[in-house]
Amino acid sequence: MPPPAHYRLRAIRLYKELHRLGREYPDPSYDFHGKLRRAFEKNRNLEDPEKIERAFALGEYVKNETLALYSLRKYRWLRRSYHPQDDPR
Amino acid sequence: MRPTPANLLRVLVPIKRCVDYAVKIRVNPSQTGIDTNVKHSMNPFDEIAVEEALRLRERHKDLIKSIKVLTIGPPKSQETLRTALAMGADEAIHVETPADAPHGEPLGIAKAIAAVIAREKDGVDIVIMGKQAIDGDEGQTGQMVAGLMGWGQATFASSVTVNEGGTLNVNTEIDGGAEEVKVRMPAVITTDLRLNTPRYASLPNIMKAKKKPLTKVTPEELGVDLKPILETIKVTEPPKRVGGGKVENVDELVAKLKEAGIV
Repeated sequence: MPPPAHYRLRAIRLYKELHRLGREYPDPSYDFHGKLRRAFEKNRNLEDPEKIERAFALGEYVKNETLALYSLRKYRWLRRSYHPQDDPR
Repeated sequence: MRPTPANLLRVLVPIKRCVDYAVKIRVNPSQTGIDTNVKHSMNPFDEIAVEEALRLRERHKDLIKSIKVLTIGPPKSQETLRTALAMGADEAIHVETPADAPHGEPLGIAKAIAAVIAREKDGVDIVIMGKQAIDGDEGQTGQMVAGLMGWGQATFASSVTVNEGGTLNVNTEIDGGAEEVKVRMPAVITTDLRLNTPRYASLPNIMKAKKKPLTKVTPEELGVDLKPILETIKVTEPPKRVGGGKVENVDELVAKLKEAGIV
């Protein structure tokens, strides 16, 4: 039995968000898009709603972590450049 | 000019398109400037400014009537405006300069911003902008806008609160501490690093931003001349760091130090 359509839409939306985030990943040798695709493909046949929700939660978690990574990177760079006296190092 | 009633504040956020912070800056072979054929993004301090305008609106629901973003730059600056619109600004104004025009200087840019403010039919109550851009690092434009308009200014803000009766309380960063100033609107605020953490525009918002209004004007229509006053003679890279050397023993070290005139 295929999963309901609303899961499909949610999955596509999450995938698109993550894909866009991956474009700006700072380390070019890290295969963000490959990992992203494989992670989604691994879960393509999930049917148990609980497992599906857990997979979504993991996706959201990765999204938030990536966002945090980006903003922290920028913030650290700014602080190093413009507030060196506050830098703990 | 009297400030509009407190429930109808209009915010203008001038932003700048800069070379991305993560890009290694290189001088072009003819030594006239830097290589601009690299990734660009919004000046991080201006991101903070956009975020602060949005947060003011979130904090005081009905207080802020509109948030407009403004940029002065080549056609590609439009991407930067779209980014700001995707973050949540309502409208954008693009003062378009030719793609090959030299980099604007603070005074010219400030005059252009002042001209845009003068053109706004409903006026502007708060101008929030980054304290400096990460490319030129001049840090003068905000102050110049305040000077040209004859408005109050609160520079290097680390927190902003709107009071009843058309004033703002702003905590500003000064050398070795903080200062709290009260400024009557209309006013110019320049943002410092600690003010907030800018949000990242979500995909649906990026799509919505494509439909938000964007007005284009030329510097000629505004009656401002953006030609640089300063002449750039030469741009060079900083000297390469030379590696240190190892010494075999103490005598050699002392000899080297004497040679350098330290002991």
